[in-house]
Amino acid sequence: MKLRQLEIALEDAKPFQEPKIQLEQYVTTPHLAACLLHTAETQFGDICGKNVCDLGCGCGILSIGSSLLGANHCLGIDIDEDALEIFQSNCEAYELNNVVECIQADIARFSPSRNMILAKRFDTVLMNPPFGTKSNKGIDMEFLHAASILASHAVYSLHKSSTRAHIVKKANDFGMQAQVVAEMRYNLESSYKFHKKKSKDIEVDFIRFTITTG
Amino acid sequence: MRLSAFVRMRLITHNMLTSHVKGVKNGYPLVIKAEDIKEQETDFNPDFISRMITRIEWPALTKAMEMIGHTDQLPEEVPKDYETNNDFLKQAHHALMEIEVITGSLTCPESGREFPIANGIPNMLLNEDEV
Repeated sequence: MKLRQLEIALEDAKPFQEPKIQLEQYVTTPHLAACLLHTAETQFGDICGKNVCDLGCGCGILSIGSSLLGANHCLGIDIDEDALEIFQSNCEAYELNNVVECIQADIARFSPSRNMILAKRFDTVLMNPPFGTKSNKGIDMEFLHAASILASHAVYSLHKSSTRAHIVKKANDFGMQAQVVAEMRYNLESSYKFHKKKSKDIEVDFIRFTITTG
Repeated sequence: MRLSAFVRMRLITHNMLTSHVKGVKNGYPLVIKAEDIKEQETDFNPDFISRMITRIEWPALTKAMEMIGHTDQLPEEVPKDYETNNDFLKQAHHALMEIEVITGSLTCPESGREFPIANGIPNMLLNEDEV
């Protein structure tokens, strides 16, 4: 599937009805999702035939895209039941050929000693984590940590470019090597009332992490 | 016409889930209580299933099948020729990917904590005093 076709296909996924500020529920745009998934598949072969975990899956755009690109199994994880309800109806509307599931869980609760999911069960972990800029500072690192536990091969994620050095170092601590695949602009439209301007571009790094330790 | 695929817990996910309640040492596998189950055919991909066999806990899968009342379907052990044994891979595919648990619960074998499953979604959230 071509990049543009994927992006158009993903435009049918419904976004959050009432995004929750405390969870930083920014929608992953069809454009960003398509770029991330298309690169993961065409450059690295990390989607088709794989089992994929979508951390902080929200409304499901990355899970749907993975499934469209041939991921045999995809598990979405989110803390928010309202988001999971949209996730479910979105995925079901696409009549996907591959198995997609979701569970409600708190990704910040992952730790190597006490997991809710056994380690290294997924080929690929995908996420567009909260940036951790509001009251939940450090949540992006909790997501990265969880991803490093769950993935046996690769992790794809979006992070603020301004935090790159920190991300690369932390990834190393978690047994992963970071490679910035692309620098992108994340257009956070006026999702929330506190955004004074109509839309606000944030510079984000699209990063691929490879697992370096078992 | 193809029936639309439902987003509901399958046994492949049950096979990965474990209890993370504070103080629990052996929270695996979770005990399934299924009140509503459906079976839904999904595309069979032998290469994928063969790869998953190396990653799943087989005894937990056979136990899960017993817990939902499907007995005499899976061999007790993974056969040595599993990669080329198409009949076995089909059975494994059915067990892992085609059984949907819609309503019920998953119970921690040690603490007895129940994680409810509603509308096909297990709720693994813990209370503050359980973490």
